[in-house]
Amino acid sequence: MPTVKIPPVLRSYTADQTEVSVDGETVGAVLEALSVAHPEIREQLFSPEGDLNRYVNVYLNDEDVRVLGGLDTAAGGEDTVVILPAMAGGSASS
Amino acid sequence: MSTGTLPIEEIQAKIEEISVDQAQDELAQGDVVLVDVREPHEYEEAHLADSVLVPQGEVLARASEISEDKDARLVVYCKSGARSARAVHALQEELGYTNAANVTGGIDAWQEDGKPIIFAEGMTPEQRMRYSRHTLLPEVGVGGQLKLLNSKVLLLGAGGLGSPTALYLAAAGVGTIGIVDDDVVDESNLQRQVIHTTDRVGVPKTESAKKAIADLNPDVEVVEHRTRLDASNIMEIIGGYDVIVDGADNFPTRYLLNDASVRLDKPVVSASILAFDGQISTFVPHDGPCYRCLYPTPPPLELAPSCGAAGVLGVMAGVMGLLQANEVIKLVTGIGEPLIGRLLLYESLGTRFTELKVRRDPECVICGPDAEEIPESEMGSFPDYELFCGGTGS
Repeated sequence: MPTVKIPPVLRSYTADQTEVSVDGETVGAVLEALSVAHPEIREQLFSPEGDLNRYVNVYLNDEDVRVLGGLDTAAGGEDTVVILPAMAGGSASS
Repeated sequence: MSTGTLPIEEIQAKIEEISVDQAQDELAQGDVVLVDVREPHEYEEAHLADSVLVPQGEVLARASEISEDKDARLVVYCKSGARSARAVHALQEELGYTNAANVTGGIDAWQEDGKPIIFAEGMTPEQRMRYSRHTLLPEVGVGGQLKLLNSKVLLLGAGGLGSPTALYLAAAGVGTIGIVDDDVVDESNLQRQVIHTTDRVGVPKTESAKKAIADLNPDVEVVEHRTRLDASNIMEIIGGYDVIVDGADNFPTRYLLNDASVRLDKPVVSASILAFDGQISTFVPHDGPCYRCLYPTPPPLELAPSCGAAGVLGVMAGVMGLLQANEVIKLVTGIGEPLIGRLLLYESLGTRFTELKVRRDPECVICGPDAEEIPESEMGSFPDYELFCGGTGS
């Protein structure tokens, strides 16, 4: 079963789990299964048309799925799907 | 038979040993080939006048560079006399040199005796002492240290990430450190912004950082930019620096910096932290992807909380800030493999590092092929950054 790594900003939708294992034979199916298990995460990942939002990067292991086969990229038991939104926290205060 | 395995005392008994005084006399009379058999980085730091550098391990292969004449007078030294003893022995036993002598005690004894030495140019005696742990590293050496001393690095922010980055870059001898920050030190900063102190609460951060750096290393010139970066000032501010360190707390600044740095061809080391997580990459324009290749559009407000709103483990700033300093040092000295085309994620609760590949986006509006068509008149004017997420950290 592939493992999905949940970034900090989305953990409130997964009951603070940092990793969630869900079934699916493609990256899209894995994210769909994640969205079924944690419904609030769906609109963060997908546009109303069902495309991956452009501000969310999704990696299969260490490679961006956009340079693989997109959401149709095959995913299997040992694979890790990383969801990665941009982060800006850093140097300033307050 | 290999001479490298004999005990040093046995070797010394078979060769001619001369004192530093004898060596000096012979050199004064001339007709002597003086050979330094240490490593290049040691030679670079300090050596005797008119010496030939041939590291001990290469002496047999490069003997002809020392002297074609096997009866020539050779005076051989190293740091303390051991490596040079082996070199003399090898020249004598394996190649038949007849008149080679070892300087007992090496350059250390020579220097202790107050005899003249040629030191690397550009470093004072204090600097040679201060940076000796750098110059001892063959990868850095005196040459690398001089590059650091001549480098100019700009830090966006003297906050969580900027504090440790600034302290270590200052300690490393980065010659000029610019700091862009318009904030003042607040008590809630001190949990992670280690360049500031309790008694400097209320003081501008650039001024507080300048004080800390001056106390740590007087070699470093600190340039205070007590402002926020915007489209009107960014080209002028970043134009004077070699490397930019991005620890900005908001997306408009990150995109603005990316676009300006690509146009000015400045490398950017970019990190961010939130809660227990951090990410870092190094963007070198046109050598690798830019920030926009990685993140073409910023996330909506609810996905862009600041540390102020969401909290951050103070140590995260240290870990990621020092990874940034490490990248800067590699870029300046030209050693190692910077994080170009790689995004490194760190999860502190699990103590896990994950590395992801970042590729250039052939259609990137900033560093893609069409970007070069941007006319000169538009340099420094950037798209609608302020419309991105009002979700700045402040």
